Amino acid sequence: MQILTGTAVSPGIAIAEAVVLDAEELRIPRRMVTKEEIGPEIDELDSALATSIEEIGAQHEDVKHRLGHDAADVFNWHIGVLKDPILRKDIVGLMEGRQYSAAYAVSTVMRGLQRRFMQMKDPLLAERMRDVQDIERRLLRNVLGKSAEDISHLSQEAILVAHDLTTSQTARLSSTKIVGVALDVGGATSHTAILLRSWGKPAVLGLKNLSTHVSGGDTVIVDGLNHMVVAGPDEATLEDYRSKRASFVKLIDALDELREFPAETADGVRVELHGNIEYPFEAGVSRQKGADGIGLYRTEFLFLGDDDPDEEEQYEAYCKAIAGAEGKQVTIRTFDLGADKVTQKKHFEPERNPMLGNRSIRYSLQHLEMFKVQLRAILRAARTGNVRVMFPLLTTLMELRQAKMTLLDAMEDLDEAGIRYGKDIDIGMMMETPAAASQCKEFAREVKFVSIGTNDLIQYLLATDRGNERVSRYYTASHPAVLRTIRDVVRTCVKGGVDCSLCGEMAGEPVYTLLLIGLGLRKLSMAPNNIPEIKKLIRSCSMKKAERVAKRALTFETDAQVTNYLRAETKKLLPDDPI
Amino acid sequence: MKVVTRPNEPIAREVTIRNKEGLHTRPVMKFVDLAQTFTAEIKVRSLETSETVNGKSAMELMLLCATHGTVLEVQASGADAADAIDALAALVHEQFRLDRPNA
Repeated sequence: MQILTGTAVSPGIAIAEAVVLDAEELRIPRRMVTKEEIGPEIDELDSALATSIEEIGAQHEDVKHRLGHDAADVFNWHIGVLKDPILRKDIVGLMEGRQYSAAYAVSTVMRGLQRRFMQMKDPLLAERMRDVQDIERRLLRNVLGKSAEDISHLSQEAILVAHDLTTSQTARLSSTKIVGVALDVGGATSHTAILLRSWGKPAVLGLKNLSTHVSGGDTVIVDGLNHMVVAGPDEATLEDYRSKRASFVKLIDALDELREFPAETADGVRVELHGNIEYPFEAGVSRQKGADGIGLYRTEFLFLGDDDPDEEEQYEAYCKAIAGAEGKQVTIRTFDLGADKVTQKKHFEPERNPMLGNRSIRYSLQHLEMFKVQLRAILRAARTGNVRVMFPLLTTLMELRQAKMTLLDAMEDLDEAGIRYGKDIDIGMMMETPAAASQCKEFAREVKFVSIGTNDLIQYLLATDRGNERVSRYYTASHPAVLRTIRDVVRTCVKGGVDCSLCGEMAGEPVYTLLLIGLGLRKLSMAPNNIPEIKKLIRSCSMKKAERVAKRALTFETDAQVTNYLRAETKKLLPDDPI
Repeated sequence: MKVVTRPNEPIAREVTIRNKEGLHTRPVMKFVDLAQTFTAEIKVRSLETSETVNGKSAMELMLLCATHGTVLEVQASGADAADAIDALAALVHEQFRLDRPNA
C-alpha cells in the first residue's frame, strides 16, 4: 500500500482499478492470463520485440541520413536494450512466474527501469528515463497491436492515472467510465483542474511520480477530500474508504435539496451565487445546482476542437448557454487565449514567459478581426436573454477603451448589415491584475460591472505560477496582500456604484465564504458543483458574523494565520462537513 | 593496470572511465558490441557501488551509472577470457573510440 499526497482539485472519493494512460493513450486491457495462454503470450512478446527492433532500425537509418551518426546513436541503445537477453528474461520471468500478460509484464519491468533511472544522480543518465519510456511505448504498442484500447471504450469504472492530461483529453472524460483522476503534475487552478472540477468527479493532481508506481489494473483510491491517493490499499483501508464514500454521497444529496432555497444569511442578506462554465450545456447544470445565473462563461474553450469556431458556431454556443440559464443573467467573457489555454503551438509562437506574454485581451486586441467576430456573435446572442460582456486581463485604461471601441465597431457593422442585436448590453471587466486593482477607481468610472478574477490576481500578486506544483505552496488566496486587494476593490466599487462580483476558484472554497461576503461581496461565481455547499454555509451564518470574521482576518500577518482562522470559523458553522 | 590471474578463476582488470560523458548510451553500445564478439562470460563491477552487472547487457551497463572517473572492474571467464579483457580494457582506456561510428 502506498499513500501519495498532492492537491485535490475536485472533492469526493473514488475507488476503482487504475487505467494508466501514457502520451499515446495506450492502456493495458488485462493483467493476468491463464496458464494455457502463457506460451502464446510469450510468442506475442517475441514478435513484438522483433517488430520494435525492425522499426527502430528503419528509423535509425533515416535519422543517420538526415542528422548524422551522433544523433542516430541513441537508437543503437534502444535496439541494444530490446535485444538484451536480460530484459527478455525479466519480462518472461513475470509472465511464467506470476501469469502476467505480456503487456503487463512489459509495463511492470519498464516502469521499474524508469524508477531506477529517475533516482540517478547524474542528470545526463537520469534523462535516459525518457528513452526507457519511449522503448516501453513502442513495445507496448506492438504487444497490444489491435487490442490497444482507448479510454472511451472502457467496460467498467476506472480511475485514470497519467503524468498529465491536455485540456482536450480532459474535456473528453465526461463521455467515459472514468470515475476519478490522479495526475503527476498540475496545481489547483490549472485549466485541467478547472475542467476536472466542472466534470465533478474526485481528482488529485501534483502527485509527482504516481504514474510510474501504478500499473493498469491496480486498485487505486482517489481521496479528493484529503488531497491523497492510495495505491494498492489493504482491505481495512478499502473498507474505511467505502464507508467514507457512502457518507460523502449522502452529504451531496442533502445539499442538493437546498436547490430551491435562496442563498440568504440568517439575518436576511441575499447573496447571489452564479456558475462558472466552460461549455454551454453547463448553464443547465448550474441551474440544476441552484445557480442565480452564469457569472463567468469561459468562451476560449470553444477553441479546444480541431477547427477554430466561426461566427455562426459561436453564436449558437452563446445562445445555447443563454437558453440554459433560463432567463437568468449570463456574463460572457471574451476569449482568454494564450498562456496555458489553447496549446502554444497551435496559435502562438512559443513565448519564454507566456503568463506575462501575449495572452487574453492583449491577444484579442492584436487580432482585431477574430475579436470582432466574437463580439458580433455575443451581440447577436444578447438579444435572446439577459447578457453582459466582460473583458479579461486588463492592465491599462487604454486597453479597456480600445476593447470598447471594437465593440462599438461590431455594433456598427451589425447596424449596417441590418442584423439585430442586444443594444443595451452591459460592459464590464475582470479585475485580475495588480495594475488594474490599484487603478480600480479609474476603471470603475468606465464600466458597468467588475468581476474579481482571483486565479490570475493571486498569480500576479504573489509572483507564483498557478500551474506549477513546485511552487504551489506559495499560491494561496489567504495571503494578506490578496485579502487587502479584494477589500480595496470591493470598497471602491461600492463607492462608485459599480456592480462587483468575484469569480475565481476562491469563490467556491467554503473556507473563504465568510470572508468574502463579510468584505461586502454580494455576488460569487463558482464551479456549479460548489454552489450547494456555499449556499448551505451562507444560510447558516449571519452577515454580522461574516463582517466580524472578515475584519479579524484582515488583521493577520501571514497566510497560515488567515487560513487557520477562517477554517476554524467555518468549521464552527458546519461541524459535519469535510472542510 | 594490474592483471590478476588465478587458476580456474575469472580474470579481472580495473579500468577508469576517462571520457567526460561517462558510460552513456554510445559508450555502452561500443562496449556491448565488442563484448558480444567473445564467448567468455563478461561481468562489470563498479568499485563505487560494488554493483556487478552483465557486460553484454545494454540495459544493465547503463544502470551501473558509471560517470567520469568511476573505476570499473571488468571480469571475464571462459575460453577467450584473456583476449576479451585486453580488448575491453583497451576500449575503455581509449575513451570508447567515439570518433568512430558504431558498426
